[in-house]
Amino acid sequence: MNSTIPKPRLKISWQSMFTLLMFGFMYLPILIMAIYSLNSSRFSTAWEGFSFRWYQRLFSDVRIFEALKDSLTVAFSAVGISAVLGTMMAVGLAKFRFPGKGLYKGVSYLPLIIPDIAIAVATLVFFSSLFGVLTPIVQSLNAFLAKMGLLSLPLPSLSLGTVILAHVVFCLAYIAVIVSTRLTSLDPHLEEAALDLGATPLQAFIKVLLPELIPAILSGCLLAFILSMDDLLISGFTAGNGVNTLPMLIYSRVKTGISPDINALSVVLILASALLALTSEYIRYKGEQRRLNR
Amino acid sequence: MSTSTPSSPTLAEPLPTAPRGWHKLTRLIEPIVLLVPSGVWLLLLLVAPTLLILELSFIPGFRLGQPTGGYGIGNYLEIFRPIYFQVIWRSVLFAVGCTVTCMLLGFPVAYWIAVMAPPRWRNLLLVAFVLPLWTSSLLRAYAWITILRPSGSLNSLLSALHLPNQEWLNQTPAVYIGMAYSFLPYMVLILYASLEKLDKRLLEAASDLGATPQQTFWKVTVPQTLPGIAAGGLLVFITSLGEFVVPELLGGASSMTVSRLIYNQFLGATRNWGLGSSFSILMITGVSIAIALLLKYGDRDSALT
Repeated sequence: MNSTIPKPRLKISWQSMFTLLMFGFMYLPILIMAIYSLNSSRFSTAWEGFSFRWYQRLFSDVRIFEALKDSLTVAFSAVGISAVLGTMMAVGLAKFRFPGKGLYKGVSYLPLIIPDIAIAVATLVFFSSLFGVLTPIVQSLNAFLAKMGLLSLPLPSLSLGTVILAHVVFCLAYIAVIVSTRLTSLDPHLEEAALDLGATPLQAFIKVLLPELIPAILSGCLLAFILSMDDLLISGFTAGNGVNTLPMLIYSRVKTGISPDINALSVVLILASALLALTSEYIRYKGEQRRLNR
Repeated sequence: MSTSTPSSPTLAEPLPTAPRGWHKLTRLIEPIVLLVPSGVWLLLLLVAPTLLILELSFIPGFRLGQPTGGYGIGNYLEIFRPIYFQVIWRSVLFAVGCTVTCMLLGFPVAYWIAVMAPPRWRNLLLVAFVLPLWTSSLLRAYAWITILRPSGSLNSLLSALHLPNQEWLNQTPAVYIGMAYSFLPYMVLILYASLEKLDKRLLEAASDLGATPQQTFWKVTVPQTLPGIAAGGLLVFITSLGEFVVPELLGGASSMTVSRLIYNQFLGATRNWGLGSSFSILMITGVSIAIALLLKYGDRDSALT
């Protein structure tokens, strides 16, 4: 390495021009959607004047907000459960050796590689056969409860709850992978030192290990949140009739035809996810700073 | 791996008041609390469902609520019927085409960001390039509908330039464009992780010793980043093989893929759950083989970032 101050040497090479072109390729579709969302014309691609009417229509669309509510309920519940379970799983896998550990680890990574459609249909088959077994039991239980003059139990069916159960599987996997990566770069003696100094295992976990893992847990949660909000297939297969998440609603609208309020929705969602992406990068950056300062 | 297993003999002095057996039992509490809840969750909602479709795949013509005719390999034999074999072949072709396109488009980008761009910009440039990944995949596909449809922006541009219009939507080109758009950021991310680790002094040394840029590239850069190339290629191949949204929204009826076929067997008009299950198992097997290859030959570090 020569120690001279590197001059700002930004040569115009074909690679830099090509990269610029590819940046265009990545951002052009988004830009075009943003432009269309402000075009007052409905069908024509020609510019017919600036207008916020698609945004107005979007924000007065009750079904969009109901779908958003379903999506957020699923994402927050699934990510919340997965944050706890995934962190515990990653810590457990890093700390203990037991027979079948390789298999456990392999299974936990499966959702990262198996196509969504395979998980989706498997979960649907599982729920429908589970409910096939449970329904007669609940029915006879209800008959018994009715004799006693008590309330009857609802029959098991696909609902928001089953979507959450299914989403936890892949959220768990992503969070565990990111926390595991962080755990491998951690000093294993820190927790031992805490234990030697008289902390209980729970205290050592909460006061020593957890603060070190928080950035990894948060970025894992953000990734899982984005994936959960974006999921069409797993929700589509495990949601019952009353449930409609945002991707399910967008899918059905896009299938039925072009509508400019989808452009407006895209722009709003893109701004929201860009904000999330930047937050996640900031958390990662802070985490790295902490690690470097040590 | 686990240097902190609580069984180091010098430290684990049993407390005098606690009986030995009890101490052993308390030691089991921590792993059980940490590992059993997610283990049970995965067992119930991942392992059991996959075993169930494995069972269904061996019941020819299984439909929900209909009597079944016992086990057999009929569903797997269906795969070899030309109509279904064509679907599998098309899916593989899409995945290979998408992987090659992403490699050709992604390598120069990753190379420029990792090697040629000013170091202090690198992270920012990479983040900016993969930012569109954070947006809804459905809406990214929808954006291409607005561009590629017969009266879309592409044809407006072509008309303005007095060029012939293109009918790419609901045809193969739209699928390739949409898939390349979806997976290019992944490819760049993985190739970047590999190229970043490349020892730049090797490139200088090669050119000092008189190698042309082409020679340096093929004899130094490519061999050094081969694990990253393998990881990026296989990961994009696997994800694009299972892709549903792009062929469904951009491909039209002519671009039936395995994912769309499975979807139709379960929620569409045909509803042959047995056949759908066998395609599902086939897909899981194919992806698992690809992952086994990746773990054997690929760069695991860059694959997991």
